[in-house]
Amino acid sequence: MDRFLQYALTGVSAGSLYALVALGVVLIYRSTRVLNFAHGDIATLATFVSFSLLSRRYSFVAAVVLSLAVGAAIGIAFYFIVLVRAQRQGANLLGMVILTLGLALIIQGVVVYTWGAEPVSLPFPISDSKTYRLGGVVVSQLALATIAAGVAGSLCLYLLVQRTRVGLAMRATSENVMAAQTLGIPTRLVLGVAWGMASALGVVAGIFLAPALLLDPFFMLDPFLKGFAAAVLGGLNSLPGAVVGALILGVAESLTGAYLTIQFKNTLAFVIIIVVLLVRPEGLLGREFKERV
Amino acid sequence: MDLVDSYREDLRFARRPITRALLGLVLAAVVAFPWVAPAYAVFIATLIALYSIGVMGQNLLIGYTGQISFGQAGFLAIGAFTFGHLRIWGMPFLVALAGAGAAAALAGLLVGFPSLRLKGPYLSIATLGFGVAVYQAFVNWEVLSGGRSGLAIPKLKALPGLSVTQSVYYVDVVLLALFTLATYNIISSYVGRAFIAIRDAEIAAEVNGVNLMRYKLLAFALSSFYTGVHGALYAQILGHIEPQSFNVLESLTLFVAVVIGGIASVEGSILGAAFVLLVPKVFADFREMVPVVYGVTILLVLIFEPLGLYGRWLKTRLYFQLWPFR
Repeated sequence: MDRFLQYALTGVSAGSLYALVALGVVLIYRSTRVLNFAHGDIATLATFVSFSLLSRRYSFVAAVVLSLAVGAAIGIAFYFIVLVRAQRQGANLLGMVILTLGLALIIQGVVVYTWGAEPVSLPFPISDSKTYRLGGVVVSQLALATIAAGVAGSLCLYLLVQRTRVGLAMRATSENVMAAQTLGIPTRLVLGVAWGMASALGVVAGIFLAPALLLDPFFMLDPFLKGFAAAVLGGLNSLPGAVVGALILGVAESLTGAYLTIQFKNTLAFVIIIVVLLVRPEGLLGREFKERV
Repeated sequence: MDLVDSYREDLRFARRPITRALLGLVLAAVVAFPWVAPAYAVFIATLIALYSIGVMGQNLLIGYTGQISFGQAGFLAIGAFTFGHLRIWGMPFLVALAGAGAAAALAGLLVGFPSLRLKGPYLSIATLGFGVAVYQAFVNWEVLSGGRSGLAIPKLKALPGLSVTQSVYYVDVVLLALFTLATYNIISSYVGRAFIAIRDAEIAAEVNGVNLMRYKLLAFALSSFYTGVHGALYAQILGHIEPQSFNVLESLTLFVAVVIGGIASVEGSILGAAFVLLVPKVFADFREMVPVVYGVTILLVLIFEPLGLYGRWLKTRLYFQLWPFR
């Protein structure tokens, strides 16, 4: 039983990072209908920025805030400079996916050029080795902080989207852009804000992942794919769905690793998703597609 | 001007004498290429030829049938390793090639089943999962992948009077020509029209009597057959394969090739394959900056030429056909 709880807790900790990534993916998909394949790479670049700042002896808070700003700025700039133009020309889903892939490649190149391909470790104030006992379960400080970051990120986003005027404008824009424009909502600006927020959420995930893994130019690829998968599992247009999907994915992955097979834990995670999608094609909490002929 | 009198004439491959002459010139250049170009250029051209086959298959799936797949690297791996094992057991080249294609097509049928229920991004995740699963299966089961050092594949014997590089070049180019002709025939037959109907409006296609299940599965099987053959030829030219070369990035590269070359165009597939292989080679002097150049080119092509390279070619051709009027 203790073993089960232990692995479930590890899963929740991984799942809360996936949730941060997934929330960003969903936020972008439901507002601009773009699957952002550069999401992980934006986070990688920003995490490297915080690494540079920390090694220049900036305080941890300052470094995190600055790297969040960098991540958000890249997202916003990409939206205004590239996507707006492409959408004006009527680019389709595929075309926009390729555009984000292009951005991902550019960022990868810049990161390798600036920081090199050698893995480095991010000096992080919260330690991985310091642990607490809760009943029969051992939990590290880092895992606690990760879960806290996941909860805080989701909660802030929830409050922002459901309780503020900006959130109302975002919901209106993702519901119907034309109607929102007619009602005087500056939709461009709102979508830009959504891109910035989504990218910043990804950066938070990156910073909390960095101490557990080593920091190299591709360290976000796997977490990004997991976050993306979690978003699809929960339903791509549902923010609560992203969190639910991410937690299910994290726990399922950790339990398969513990009880079935460690080598195939990624595969089994995807198999679970495919099976769930075959039963509910629009994701767990997604709304059903209605198609007009 | 250029009038079409009958449907047969519209379907014809080369309609006007000038097209025929140009086609002949291109063919002559392709045949003469390995005799005038250095061995390295011939090697790259061979890569482009075999890559084009995979991109064409991917284009049948994405461009013509409208099903997004991020799992192509899985089919590539299945094709490459099936081919490798068959060759090591002593099968002749063509049998091993057909076996590779068939194994990949079988896997394609399997992956096709979710496509009956899933759409767009949801389908893309399901296929991505397949790619990851195949990758991990090959990484973890050494029986399949030939262990840590990978699988060594017997080299092709040189054709009489040619070097090995030249023979591989001719084999791959002939296969590319066969696959190109096959693709043209598929897309201008009932099957191709059914694919396009599914892409444009699935429900309308079904109402008009297209058997959705049959044609979606057929699209997946056909496209993965192409990809399997691509994988096999790739294994042949490298002579040594390991599972690490068939990761998610490989799937994405194929995907980029389709969009850059031009969605739903056969010639575009070849242009796209040439693009993804040549850009890193041309900018090889700035090693670190290759991905940046690659990414910037993708952004520029897509913003200024949304129809891809083939769209640019069509516009140029139209300009000269109508010149001096516009």
